[in-house]
Amino acid sequence: MTTGLSTDRRRFLIGSAVTGTIPFMPRDAASQVPEPSRSPGSYPSVDLTLHVNGQEHRVEVDPRTTLLDALRDHIGLTGVKKGCDHGQCGACTVLVEGRRELSCLTLAVSVQQREVTTIEGLAASDGGLHPMQQAFIDHDAFQCGYCTPGQILSAIGCVREGHASTPADIRESMSGNICRCAAYPNIVVAIMQARERMEG
Amino acid sequence: MRPFGYSRPSSVSNAILEVREFLAADPQSSLSFLAGGTTLLDLMKLDVVRPERIIDLNALRDELGYTRSDGSALRLGAFARMADVAADAEVIANYPVIAQSLSLAASAQLRNMASLGGNVLQRTRCPYFRDPSWSACNKRVPGSGCAAVQGANRAHAVLGTSDHCIATYPGDFAQALVALDASIVIAGPRGNRTIPFDSLHRRPDGNPHLETSLQPGEIIAEFIVPARSWMRRSLYLKIRDRQSYEFAVAAAAVALDLDGGMVRDARIALGGVAAVPWRAREAEDALRGQPLTEAVARTAARLAFAEARPQSHNAYKIELGQSTLVRALLQASSMELRP
Repeated sequence: MTTGLSTDRRRFLIGSAVTGTIPFMPRDAASQVPEPSRSPGSYPSVDLTLHVNGQEHRVEVDPRTTLLDALRDHIGLTGVKKGCDHGQCGACTVLVEGRRELSCLTLAVSVQQREVTTIEGLAASDGGLHPMQQAFIDHDAFQCGYCTPGQILSAIGCVREGHASTPADIRESMSGNICRCAAYPNIVVAIMQARERMEG
Repeated sequence: MRPFGYSRPSSVSNAILEVREFLAADPQSSLSFLAGGTTLLDLMKLDVVRPERIIDLNALRDELGYTRSDGSALRLGAFARMADVAADAEVIANYPVIAQSLSLAASAQLRNMASLGGNVLQRTRCPYFRDPSWSACNKRVPGSGCAAVQGANRAHAVLGTSDHCIATYPGDFAQALVALDASIVIAGPRGNRTIPFDSLHRRPDGNPHLETSLQPGEIIAEFIVPARSWMRRSLYLKIRDRQSYEFAVAAAAVALDLDGGMVRDARIALGGVAAVPWRAREAEDALRGQPLTEAVARTAARLAFAEARPQSHNAYKIELGQSTLVRALLQASSMELRP
């Protein structure tokens, strides 16, 4: 896929999400056993106010919607990635009230009063990258890049929690973020660099 | 994921009111409490758990999210997050087995989310339980049989199992609580009650679907860990297939009260090998009044597994479990305690 196509696809998805033309589909909708007495329509959608990257977003969602799906499909923040969707891979990591959490195991309806930060919210208003983003670039800490937003947000949590003092400490603290390209050695070095700048 | 009704009460008393109303309207309908969500959302996506109503208890974090201690006990609000308790200086210094059991569990993100109450109630990782395409699972569908007995059961339990279920209790924190004689305060539609933590989890016997002694609508509110002579010399040793972010294949929570080299008292709980958080009383008895040598530890470990019942793929857990306990005891006996 060329860069141009990729950009077009992304622009299409963001546009669609904003105008609400992508219906919310539960992950296992196709495999659901029909139960006439309890059709999905019997529970109305809910109006939510989500606080993301310093902005308020009003969304109308099915109560089953996870924070991950609300961010991607309703707000258009596709930087947060869906990997396993079961809390095992870390690709969906976001910061909630500054702490790293998994958006795939969080109901959007449950997180209304709390500030959520995604990869799109890290850079400064003038476009200057967060030290962790810069460190990942400086040290080539990714290959395909799919896990990278989750890795970067988790790495910020790792530093804030005080678990970035040694490579062994970082590896243990980052074990919830899987990288199929195995960029782990460079990720560890990037976190060491970013820690100095974040704390310095 | 199936549809559900959702509400978010603002306090424990409001939550209990909602429970009472919900159960009065339809005692047969299923209700789940939501705290960290790390077990519940996972199992709902797998269609293993199908609540018709979710009562979101996250507003209770302010009320029941504390870590407090005085001279007599450590008190942990059930909605405290695993990461916060694991990082608490008082817990690390005086109840190390608790801090270690929490920090060696799951991943950093999950520990930031998961509540203590939800952690002790997490469901087994038995693959036949977690995958509804297997029809036989007495835990998921009472009376349907157990696919694990004839299946891939390398990760399954050797202690406390029955012919109806051989699933392993997956948690770590629970073993620390069992070892330290903790109790829990439970809030519910019929008022509050306090029970020994040891009596929370039920062995599978003939009813593997009944996992705890909680009654419908009851909420774990608080953990109380008494300050006793053995709590500071305590640790959690967890053996896994990989070094991090994995469930135990064998684990030991041990707490020792030593008089010189002699064991005045000992508390032992085993994880990764049993159907419930497993108190090893015979091993404790074998240590009392003895010097803690490797030979004495090995005798105690043998007694801890005397009634172990291996399956086709997990006999290794009997030897591994014993070695884990021996190593944990010897490590605990050589801990240097600050005065």
